[in-house]
Amino acid sequence: MTVKVQREDFDPGREIEALSAGNPKVGGVCSFVGLVRDMNDVAGQMSDVGALTLEHYPGMTERQLEEIEAEAHRRWPLEASLIVHRYGRMTPGERIVLVATASPHREAAFEACHFLIDWLKTKAPFWKVEETGAGAERWVEARDSDDAAAARWAEKG
Amino acid sequence: MKVLYFAWLRQKIGVGEESVDPPADVADVRALVAWLKERGPGYEQAFQDLGAIKLAVNQEYADLDHPVKRGDEVAFFPPVTGG
Repeated sequence: MTVKVQREDFDPGREIEALSAGNPKVGGVCSFVGLVRDMNDVAGQMSDVGALTLEHYPGMTERQLEEIEAEAHRRWPLEASLIVHRYGRMTPGERIVLVATASPHREAAFEACHFLIDWLKTKAPFWKVEETGAGAERWVEARDSDDAAAARWAEKG
Repeated sequence: MKVLYFAWLRQKIGVGEESVDPPADVADVRALVAWLKERGPGYEQAFQDLGAIKLAVNQEYADLDHPVKRGDEVAFFPPVTGG
């Protein structure tokens, strides 16, 4: 289990390769890379995004990401997992986040990867502020659809 | 007690982090918020709609009824938007 919270960009190929290196039990690696979009849906209207800045809560961020990863390992037979999340200012096309899971079988890798990004979006303390032109900025609002996506992984009990 | 503010709460209040020493009868987050709101119009504005705010005590998500004591770290922020 690895968590990296960093300002600098990352190399997805290298990160993914390192996840299974030296572990012949890994039969599949699944990954998700999140990028900065140049458009965002604000109250039903598409709006241009020049750049965004991600703020986070140092300490709690790492703690939450580690808890989310531990939960994925509890639910699926994973050999390894990785979350890399950037903070600071980014422009459209830049990578924000990488989630990767390695498992003996693809199903666990796919599901755990999906779970990690869904939970991360609703639990990890990051906040995005978008530059909307002429020095104006707008804090991105949380989406109900993200809550719904995370809720899908609620355990039946 | 260390209090942290993130995103638009930080902007409204004007600081990201401060040390505060509330009176002994401030025993939970709800009472802490009421006490903080007395500190100025920025606080009043930031804490206007408590339904729009999430919080953490000692870096774990908590609610307004969570107890607080000297030495705790309490953070206030909007719903998260990472990923």
